[in-house]
Amino acid sequence: MTAMHPETISVERAPVQRSRGHAANVLRRLLRNPVAMIAATVILLLILMAVFAPWLMPQDPFATSMLKRLKPIGTEGLPLGSDELGRDLLSRLILGARLSLFMGIAPVIIAFVIGSAIGIFAGYVGGWANSLIMRCIDVLYAFPSVLLAIALSGALGAGIVNALVSLTVVFIPQIARIAESVTTGVRRSDYVDAARASGASALLIVRRHVLGNVIGPIFVYATGLISVSMILASGLSFLGLGVKPPEPEWGLMLNTLRTAIYTQPWVAALPGVMIFITSVSFNMLADGLRSAMEVKQ
Amino acid sequence: MSDPMIRLRELYVEFNPPGKRIQAVNGVDLTVDRGEVVALIGESGSGKSVTLRAMMRLHPEKTTRYSGALEVAGQDVLGMGGGALSQLRGKRVAMIFQEPLLALDPVYTLGEQIVEAIRRHEPLGRAEARARALQLFERVRIPSPERRLDAYPHEMSGGMRQRAMIALALACNPQVLLADEPTTALDATVQIQILLLLRDLQRELGLSIVFVTHDIGAAAEVADRMAVMYAGRIVEEGPASELLTRPRHPYTRALLGSRDEGALRKGRRLDTIGGAPPDLARLPAGCAFAARCAFADDACRAAVPERRELGARHAAACRRLDELPALLAVRADEALPS
Amino acid sequence: MNPTPQVLPKDRRDLGGPRQPLLIVRDLKKHFPLKKTGFGLRRERLAVRAVDGVSFEILKGETLGVVGESGCGKSTTARLLMQLTAQDSGELVFDGQALGAGLSLREYRRQTQMVFQDSYSSLNPRMTIEDSIAFGPTVHGVSRREALARAHDLLARVGLEPARFAGRYPHELSGGQRQRVNIARALALEPRLIILDESVSALDKSVEAQVLNLLQDLKQDFGLTYLFISHDLGVVRYVSDRVLVMYLGEVVEVGEAEALFERPLHPYTEALLRSMPSTDPLKRTEQAPLAGDPPNPIDPPSGCRFHTRCAYAQPVCAERAPRFHEALPGHAVACLRHEPESGYDRRLIPVQEVAHV
Repeated sequence: MTAMHPETISVERAPVQRSRGHAANVLRRLLRNPVAMIAATVILLLILMAVFAPWLMPQDPFATSMLKRLKPIGTEGLPLGSDELGRDLLSRLILGARLSLFMGIAPVIIAFVIGSAIGIFAGYVGGWANSLIMRCIDVLYAFPSVLLAIALSGALGAGIVNALVSLTVVFIPQIARIAESVTTGVRRSDYVDAARASGASALLIVRRHVLGNVIGPIFVYATGLISVSMILASGLSFLGLGVKPPEPEWGLMLNTLRTAIYTQPWVAALPGVMIFITSVSFNMLADGLRSAMEVKQ
Repeated sequence: MSDPMIRLRELYVEFNPPGKRIQAVNGVDLTVDRGEVVALIGESGSGKSVTLRAMMRLHPEKTTRYSGALEVAGQDVLGMGGGALSQLRGKRVAMIFQEPLLALDPVYTLGEQIVEAIRRHEPLGRAEARARALQLFERVRIPSPERRLDAYPHEMSGGMRQRAMIALALACNPQVLLADEPTTALDATVQIQILLLLRDLQRELGLSIVFVTHDIGAAAEVADRMAVMYAGRIVEEGPASELLTRPRHPYTRALLGSRDEGALRKGRRLDTIGGAPPDLARLPAGCAFAARCAFADDACRAAVPERRELGARHAAACRRLDELPALLAVRADEALPS
Repeated sequence: MNPTPQVLPKDRRDLGGPRQPLLIVRDLKKHFPLKKTGFGLRRERLAVRAVDGVSFEILKGETLGVVGESGCGKSTTARLLMQLTAQDSGELVFDGQALGAGLSLREYRRQTQMVFQDSYSSLNPRMTIEDSIAFGPTVHGVSRREALARAHDLLARVGLEPARFAGRYPHELSGGQRQRVNIARALALEPRLIILDESVSALDKSVEAQVLNLLQDLKQDFGLTYLFISHDLGVVRYVSDRVLVMYLGEVVEVGEAEALFERPLHPYTEALLRSMPSTDPLKRTEQAPLAGDPPNPIDPPSGCRFHTRCAYAQPVCAERAPRFHEALPGHAVACLRHEPESGYDRRLIPVQEVAHV
């Protein structure tokens, strides 16, 4: 590849008009979607709450008091009441956002990276390697996710790290399957054939042509898994397999307040309300993202 | 002359998807007589398929606006209620499409589909309807029709599927057959068979056929008359042989020029029409072809040209029809090698 | 397009001189198995015999047209030539060098490029036009800066103003414009052979004519050789120097375009030509030259594969496969009628009606 053909015309270099890229278009459409924007605002507030928890908490979330057990909402000095050990529930909910959000998001991010890698590899390579990988993935996928998470956590023992590992393992097959099917579709397209015909290596084709076209759909799917992850993580804590007391985590708080369901039902339901708001917000954001990406151009 | 089978007067079809206004058909006048085959010819976006589908009011009701007059067999299609419309569709007017695999139901056998279509419109028993279906298969010359009635669409070859779709369209003895690019997806040797079949059916059953195609050759094989469409208007129409041998409108001339035996002589450059058809969301004020026409002047760009009768049912919509021969002669002189 | 090889600009990559065919295709075979057998104990028997022993040559500087109906294997042949699908057997020799022996696949792919039918799906929707065109050269070690500059030059060359189009995405262009981009991308690697697989078929007639003129100019300017695959016989006749006819995975006839169109030797070619609509309402086709559809390539007929639809077929045609041979100078055919001592009785009068169902 040396000089150009002599016949090729050299042209005056005028400033090139550029179109908005795909990501910018998706963002613009997302910003115009009111539901998605409300959800995004709620999520942003929750994250800010988790980050600045030490400054936002009105009281020490670990300070117990036998005298202030199970106070109702609106009690003097305890705006959202107190739990069965007399700890300020507002402070515990604020601090609990840290672990709860972490347990919702972290497993999905890790599974997104690993699952996408597995799925894209299987989808691009195809053939028997694909069959082998995907059948292994199917074995894991065949278990109901709740059952698998409980079984894994049970086998590994309680603890944040073990809960994280088991949730990640639950999500990898789901993400890998999506990644594989999207990649298989892209791989069959003419533009990938054209790239192969230009002599590019498989790795380069995946990087330049496949990744950009598959990452969007996988990402949308993964965003939808965050709410599932939060609920599963809460469930694990609820069963005593995730976060250990006295750390505040919404699922765990729901578990310990369970006994108070008849005496202070509103207080006992509050951690559940937080889980609900957060997971619904993530779901709505995922829906908004999906419709922003799906618009036919 | 008896009443025409189809009569369009100043037909406009406009699509209004959210935030857009697409003027797909912009004042079409067309009549199709009983037992006549009329071909609508044009490139993609010319409005030929939209016009055809409008004849059965197939466009989504919510986002489509029709205006003008549209009569089929003496009935006003645009003012029809739901019941009358479903009586019209299938019974009086039937349609065949480019891709039979998409038009036929994959989970029923062809026989079942035809029997159902017959019984939807006529009080016939299952056995009688099946006997009629068998006749239809024989009529469209499907070999071993008895066996093929029990076949599913995917089990047949492309040509046989197209025949089966024609049989389905003929199930209730329609008077009008609307054909939307019915041979475009077929191979050459199969295409000619289907064209001949349509011609025979038209003769045997006295059908009126409106045949939409971008392929002038296919149209020439079946059509009595042709109408050339551009940007939602008919720019020229006339008897097939007249239009093919003596085209008058600059667009028709260019379109035919590209297919002319002489134009395809080796080593010669093809005569092309520069540019592209106009955006139907931003239609120009005057003649839609003016931007690509070598003979257009300011007056052409100012007002939509009137349709002009040229005798023998031949008409064209161009302001400079009379000057064209002279202008063409000048151009031919200039093109001579010096 | 102009068939005279001597006016070609001298290509420094030329190895064997003008007489050496640019590409020799020898006995190419590709069968697609229908049923996957899990453990290899049972042999796969059902297969679509898409390309079944195809041999031909593409001469330097010519345009070789390929015609045939769906299922005849012309698109699979294109993919095999581009090595997008691996052949079961057979050999490609590019300018005297066998692919895999004297010539690496990477080098071969730089000299051979392809333009696909679907102008939209052959461009990455997430890449700008300039990036799509510049991708190939960067693969072969050209710097991004230089590759982009070349992309802009090529855009201008195919009639798209670089300033207006380089930064756009495929969905913002019309079909004709996109196909120009695809042509520019194929040219970016400075190939010698371009495979045009139904490249103008999806375009409107007026746009098709523009692109055909462009292809003709580019061929002159860059000294290209084309393999032009199309189902449109009129266009193939116009662009091709020689034409190759395929039927059910086999080559049945090859010859100079004019000779083949004026005096076709194979009955299938003859039927194909007579199937072209007449464009004159006064001289309409009265009877379809062939009845029925092409047979299934899974189970092709015995002997000559065309004998089931052939108006000239005799019993011997069902038994004996014709040998592909040069019946007239420069005009080869696979038909027992033209094969000496084939057992075909040429005195019998053909029964035209036989083929009609």
